[in-house]
Amino acid sequence: MTERVVIVGGGTGGSVLANDLADRLEPELDAGDVEVTLINDDPEHVYKPVWLYVPFGQREPADGRRALDELIDDAVDLRIDRVTEVDTESQRLRFDGDGPPMEYDRLVLATGSTLEPERIPGLAAGGHDYYSESGATALRDELLSFTEGEFVLSVIGTPHMCPAAPLEFVFMADDWFRERGLRDDVEVTYTYPIQRVHGNPHIAEWARPIMEERDIEVETFFNAESVDPDAETLASMEGTELDYDLLVAIPPHGGIDLIEAAGLGDDGWVDVDKHTLEAENAENVYALGDTADTGVPNAGSVAHYQAGVVGQRLASEVRGRPATATYDGKTLCFIETGMDAASFVEFDYERPPSPAPPSEKLHWSKLAYNESYWLTARGLL
Amino acid sequence: MTDTEPATDIEPDDTVDARGAACPGPLMDLIGAIRSADSGDVVRLLSDSDGSLTDVPEWAEEAGNELLAVEELDDHSAFYVEKA
Repeated sequence: MTERVVIVGGGTGGSVLANDLADRLEPELDAGDVEVTLINDDPEHVYKPVWLYVPFGQREPADGRRALDELIDDAVDLRIDRVTEVDTESQRLRFDGDGPPMEYDRLVLATGSTLEPERIPGLAAGGHDYYSESGATALRDELLSFTEGEFVLSVIGTPHMCPAAPLEFVFMADDWFRERGLRDDVEVTYTYPIQRVHGNPHIAEWARPIMEERDIEVETFFNAESVDPDAETLASMEGTELDYDLLVAIPPHGGIDLIEAAGLGDDGWVDVDKHTLEAENAENVYALGDTADTGVPNAGSVAHYQAGVVGQRLASEVRGRPATATYDGKTLCFIETGMDAASFVEFDYERPPSPAPPSEKLHWSKLAYNESYWLTARGLL
Repeated sequence: MTDTEPATDIEPDDTVDARGAACPGPLMDLIGAIRSADSGDVVRLLSDSDGSLTDVPEWAEEAGNELLAVEELDDHSAFYVEKA
């Protein structure tokens, strides 16, 4: 009997896993003993880290898009469709429209994060973001002509994609205004929901003195409650109100609805064993990347490493062997500290991050990795 | 246990179970619950992160919400926070 492995989501985690399985299970795929299907609702794969550079006019959104059928191994069945329901009892997926359901033997959910700015009144109208293609291009239109006033970067939703990106953006904006001789006319403010400037205390401890050195105003314990687009003010649950001329916000994030509807977890995140990545509330279901509620950052490197673990586990299961591969929390991030310098962190469940001294070399390493990302998506790097 | 009143007498309107989540997950879960609560509602946060013992009281004070009690149980703590 053919074993049917179905992956939902063609972002970093889903794409790396599909190509990993194409390689790892090549004999079984050739023999017809296994089928691997990757389902995505868009024919293109999107590499989101490109968006960080779009508002500064340094990259184009098209730089972050490639056709999935060019990235995914031909041994994988690629289906462009939108899954509307997961039934983990009958092990079936349903789709938009009247088509028949798809049965699976093993399912991997890699559906990622979606933005939910509507949860904060006024945010969609008054704020900008660089966490979406449309947001990054709209922000570019504002930022390139912004020469004076109050610039506010507010982290509103956590967890959010790429926990380093708010620090990166505020450091880059500060440097960019300085390089252009505008910094004296632009007040830069950074807000964060808890008592420090980043969720991870080690990264917060590293970043705070850089902010002080660069005269970046900091508001901690700032949980945005509403935005008034006419008055250009941002109010927090803690009773603080900030004026802005340009508001860049990290909006609230959520997973997709069908995960909660399937009883797999709250808010669209799948409850998983943080080492095996197996869903806690269903049999034969894995989750990876942002979708897996492991507590580690929602980052591409995490999805990449987790895909390798799930690939090994699925291959073991298909071959009737005990699955022993586990995820150790490994996370790797470059952190831009300006337009020409970056730091780097690597950590896991046991070892905390220790940011490297910022350097131009690390900045170019980040850009070089961004270029070679397409090899990662293909399962080659 | 704080000396305010016995925690077991407090009937929470909502409970957030953040056990297993690393810092600052529990505090963010509490803030999320308070965000959607009505004034006067009591939210109970269950956390086994040591960081919660300091960051929950700090945030409650900063936000003007009252930390009614902290119940220290075998392997976790329960925080009762009333929304102002």
